[in-house]
Amino acid sequence: MPSDATAAGTTAAGAAAVPEGEARSLVAGHVLEFPGGYTRTTGPVIGRFLTELRDGRIVGVRTAGGRTLVPPLEYDPDTGEAVTGEFAEVGPAGTVESWSWVSEPRPAHPLERPFAWALIRLDGADTALVHAVDAGDARAMRQGLRVRPRWKAARTGHITDIESFVPEVTRIVSPVRTEYRVRPGKALARFLDGVARGVFIGCRCGSCGKVYVPYRLSCPECGVAITEEVEVPDTGTITTFAINNLPDPRAPEVPFVSAYILLDGSDIPMIALVGGVPAHEVRQGMRVRAVWVPEEERTASMSNIKWFAPTGEPDAEL
Amino acid sequence: MGNRCAVIGVGQTHYTTKRRDVSIAGLVREAAARALEDAGLAWKDIDAVVIGKAPDLFEGVMMPEAYLADALGAAGKPMMRVHTAGSVGGSTALVGASLVQGGVHDRVLVVAFEKQSESNATWALSTHLPFSASLVVGAGGYFAPHIREYMRRSGAPEHIGTLVAVKDRLNALKNPYAHLRIPGISRQMVESTPMLWEPIRYLETCPSSDGACAMVLSSEKAVTGTPAWVLGTAMRSEPIFRAGRDTVNPQGGKDCAADVYRQAGITDPRREIDVAEVYVPFSWYEPMWLENLGFAAEGEGWKLTESGATALDGDIPWNASGGVLSSNPIGASGLIRFAEAALQVRGMAGEHQVDGARRALGHAYGGGAQFFAMWMVGSDKP
Repeated sequence: MPSDATAAGTTAAGAAAVPEGEARSLVAGHVLEFPGGYTRTTGPVIGRFLTELRDGRIVGVRTAGGRTLVPPLEYDPDTGEAVTGEFAEVGPAGTVESWSWVSEPRPAHPLERPFAWALIRLDGADTALVHAVDAGDARAMRQGLRVRPRWKAARTGHITDIESFVPEVTRIVSPVRTEYRVRPGKALARFLDGVARGVFIGCRCGSCGKVYVPYRLSCPECGVAITEEVEVPDTGTITTFAINNLPDPRAPEVPFVSAYILLDGSDIPMIALVGGVPAHEVRQGMRVRAVWVPEEERTASMSNIKWFAPTGEPDAEL
Repeated sequence: MGNRCAVIGVGQTHYTTKRRDVSIAGLVREAAARALEDAGLAWKDIDAVVIGKAPDLFEGVMMPEAYLADALGAAGKPMMRVHTAGSVGGSTALVGASLVQGGVHDRVLVVAFEKQSESNATWALSTHLPFSASLVVGAGGYFAPHIREYMRRSGAPEHIGTLVAVKDRLNALKNPYAHLRIPGISRQMVESTPMLWEPIRYLETCPSSDGACAMVLSSEKAVTGTPAWVLGTAMRSEPIFRAGRDTVNPQGGKDCAADVYRQAGITDPRREIDVAEVYVPFSWYEPMWLENLGFAAEGEGWKLTESGATALDGDIPWNASGGVLSSNPIGASGLIRFAEAALQVRGMAGEHQVDGARRALGHAYGGGAQFFAMWMVGSDKP
């Protein structure tokens, strides 16, 4: 086996490292390699297999019992009878029957990166062939995995004409990216003007009298244009909330509380982060006030509000 | 309500986390082919196709109706896409039904799907526009506060959500298409799972599924096989941000139910409906919707759940199929409710069949509990 020769070869430098006077622990490398390699005659069956490989095809041989042996043999291993001499093209795709992951390939291995040795039954074959599967990751390997040969460009008529098998294509990655230039509408721009100054701007519908925060140009209930602008305080009441325990890179650190906060004087709650209090001490009815980031850090964005924190007042009735 | 309309074919894929063996086109074809087979029809027998799914960002396929037209045999036929967020499966069935009721077509194929494994729903629902605060909470984070408010208002004990989580998963064990099939599911098992969005625990949440569902809808003269007759259809919507909007018991849901019951001649849903397939993606939505849909008085829905009335052997089984809590290919989830209602009154629900079911409700909701779609189907011609 080539791996034995390699193992011996890699220890060849050992002898020089042995200190004098310690003969019993002497180690010496030794290489046993027939110059130029053994020459083997293939016989008609293996020869046909290798010739077809050189042409980029995989063939098996039929037994008298009708089975197709891949790789082919000169005899039926079950009965000892000679095979029929009828060759059939198989594959090139096949199915992994069993596999073993090689996480640290050795120099004589067909691939330099981790791979699997697998028993692959090619389509149309009745026996399995041992070959390497370049699957990238052991988690990609499984019994039943469909694979296909990756051929070498220059083939010589050797089993290594197939560099390895690779899984069939079952998935593609489809990057989707759309770039926008987002401009706030008139209403949102007006609201953000206020947020930049540290105040909440809302509006009162002239028809139903409801106060909306953020500021908007029409009433979602009445459908009429809104013209009256009102400024509401940055204090309010938590009407309800969730404690979020699922981490997300774009979200605050968990656990965080997302709450509906009804600002004093507003008729519609806004969703905001609650902080400055342990998550499990947040209550429905709790009175809170916006905590604004320092003036020098403010922009025209809701990120001006760090969060809402309890005021310490008694809870409001809901 | 227009001309008579019947469900004559239902097809579903098995619902699972990842359907890696099929493309989106292959997935919808699988459900559609099963629906055609159930109806004893072929692609050529279909006059028009209506397709529904959740927002395009879920799979990153813009205008999937264009991509899927020939996969669904719609070449040379009318094809349209419906889009009402989570309720879309229900709305898709109703748009298809309206084409039959309006006398436009005799046979309409309705299909809905989601292949959630292609991306991540929370990502797709939380695009974080500029100028806003980054509060990525997903659907669970959105609905958890409304559940908390329901618990406060009704005074329901904490274990009610657990009861629903167990009941629906027990039903799923009888449904070969269900995604979550958890042998030995128990209250203890549910209560030992972590709070994802308090007060919602992991096992009180719907799974993330790949799957598709399809139905063949037919005019009276084109009926083949066993029909489920459409007795009433209704859709309602309301703005998500409106002062005074009741997010626990939305007016849109009440109005939608009243409309569909009026058409079907239902005055007491608890007594007159035999089985209901209702969109319950988080366990607490069962008691909430029991009230919203008039099966119980306000504040009393949890008592119905607690009494076992909504179990498979109760007097008004809810989600005999295992419901959204057991299978959730989002865009298809509403259509599955409608299809399961039809299977029940056709007597074809298999192991989760409710004996003698003659009238069934199919329900879906979506967005911030702001889109509603419902139908009543029955075994008797209206």
